[in-house]
Amino acid sequence: MTQTPTVAAIEERRPLTERLGRVRVASWATAALLIVAVVAAVALQPNLLSPYGVASTFATFLPLVLVAVAQAIVVIGGGLDLSAGAIVALSSVVAVQVMQGEAGSVPLGFLTAIGVGLACGIVNGLVVSRLRLQPLIATFATASVFSGLALLVLPSPGGTVPAIITGTFRQAVGGVPVSVLLVVAVAAGWLVVRHLRIMRHIRATGGGPAAAFASLVPVAGAQLASYAICGVICGLAGLAVLGNSGSGDPFIGGDLALNSVAAVVVGGIALRGGIGSPIGAIAGAITLSLASTILFALSLPTSWRALAAGLVVILALALSALGAPRRQR
Amino acid sequence: MKPTTATRARTLLRDPVVIAAVIAILLVVVGGILKPGFASPDQIVNMLRVASFLGIIAIGQTIVVLSGGEGIDLSVGTVATLGAILASRTMNGSDALLVPGILLAVGVAALIGLANGLGIVLLRIPPFVMTLGMLGVVGGLILVVTGGVADGRAAPSLVQLVNGRDVLGIPGILLVWALLAVVVTLVLRRTTFGMQLYATGSGREAARLSGVPVGRVTVTAYVLSSIFAALGGIAMVGYSQQVFLNLANDLTLPSIAAVVIGGTLVAGGVGGYLGSAIGAIVLTVLTSLLTTLSMPEWARIVVQGVVLIALLAVYGRQRKLRT
Repeated sequence: MTQTPTVAAIEERRPLTERLGRVRVASWATAALLIVAVVAAVALQPNLLSPYGVASTFATFLPLVLVAVAQAIVVIGGGLDLSAGAIVALSSVVAVQVMQGEAGSVPLGFLTAIGVGLACGIVNGLVVSRLRLQPLIATFATASVFSGLALLVLPSPGGTVPAIITGTFRQAVGGVPVSVLLVVAVAAGWLVVRHLRIMRHIRATGGGPAAAFASLVPVAGAQLASYAICGVICGLAGLAVLGNSGSGDPFIGGDLALNSVAAVVVGGIALRGGIGSPIGAIAGAITLSLASTILFALSLPTSWRALAAGLVVILALALSALGAPRRQR
Repeated sequence: MKPTTATRARTLLRDPVVIAAVIAILLVVVGGILKPGFASPDQIVNMLRVASFLGIIAIGQTIVVLSGGEGIDLSVGTVATLGAILASRTMNGSDALLVPGILLAVGVAALIGLANGLGIVLLRIPPFVMTLGMLGVVGGLILVVTGGVADGRAAPSLVQLVNGRDVLGIPGILLVWALLAVVVTLVLRRTTFGMQLYATGSGREAARLSGVPVGRVTVTAYVLSSIFAALGGIAMVGYSQQVFLNLANDLTLPSIAAVVIGGTLVAGGVGGYLGSAIGAIVLTVLTSLLTTLSMPEWARIVVQGVVLIALLAVYGRQRKLRT
């Protein structure tokens, strides 16, 4: 067989201007939305900028930020993970039960949460890549499995999280809140990961499985890897939920999966795969979370708040979808 | 070569609709063995009645999926709930206001579907994203309309239609569902709109070049989806008699699952409603089987997920890359 250039290599050979042109519109919309959200939120609630405000805001955002990054990696790989929320719920309740509120078992709790996330991700990856089921419907089915297991592990909200986790979560290192550091760490982690071969394979698979396959990309392996990475990050999100709330809740995952998809779209990542960056998803998650902060600060009548939130989200989704590069006609 | 009986039987057994039907019957038989009385005619009619709500909602979902272009409607569950709320508030226990209630619900649903369709066709927002956003908006509308407290009651005749055993001992809603199934199948197979829908789903560009008004067909698909969702929600109010703020919200993903189990290709252009109807029956029988076996809730949810994966693995698989 002759040397076939990989899809990623072809991508890199495109003229720089064309590559910029393809990326810029979507990222531009994402950045604009984020700036608008931040300015509006700070204008309405100036104490948001106080050290405490920043710390607690980021602490509440962190779970969605993490799940959005996880979702972004799957979406870039051409998949979709509706079970992300259920993985967060399952890994958090298992970790709570393992730790039993004891500081000594915190490392074990961390490993458990990540291990559970990884196991769930591998299940998803095998179902999608080996059984070749439609990701949407397959992960809907596995979400049912994972949330059932979460109910088995912890039938009702409760349990105690070791104080060291909740405490550290609210602390600051050198004046910077830990929650902010964690978001920055996630972004930095991506900057390292994106150069790995597996990430190039995931992106190539999302761009076009058939073409990637023809270019000797291990498509099934890349799909499996994308779901496995997603699972691990969801396990971390489970820990963030614990740090934030201080107790376990088997129902926590409810809206997380769909919200993470919304964050991914607002982040300029095309749902058909191959395009975008988890950094955008972080921006998208923060934008959406700020939107609800803003609506809360506007003191709208309670019954109108959900409609306003829905309209803001659909507007943000529409703007980002419009900005995203379109399929060639 | 003339197809022999054996090959004909083999192609028949590969037909997803046939497989789904066989699975539905198997589930009923297994249920009857495990729990005497599960397969009694009375119980079967009861399950079919519950399946009809999902089945009616799945009509619209089928049409949207058939229209292709990654077509999917994530808003059907909340639209069904909104339809149920609007209808039950309007009729408020009176037969005279039944028709206005239904008309109001269907009208509002049609507008929501129109918004979905226009967003998808004119603004070219991907269907998944557009209907995901609409899910939130409709959820907000429900709170605005009800102020957080669902009130209103189903009209007696609607309750009678769903819960009564008027026609030869079976509830009228099953006849309505059967009639809808026949009409929808005829519309899909025999009318210009049906042809245009399949053409659009198989390939938008080819359809456009052949003179199919692709945009109008797509918008119509989403309008129909919301209308059937509202009708499904109204039927559900007849069953529960009272309305809840999240009455039908959880039926969105099952409606998609019913379509997939019924053999309609998620890529669009291939499939039909009969399969989705049987898919809705399969899902409902499965749920009630797991409920009657008095499993703990967690086990029921887990088994439901595992069975769904197994069902899809039987025939819902996508093509291999290596051929």
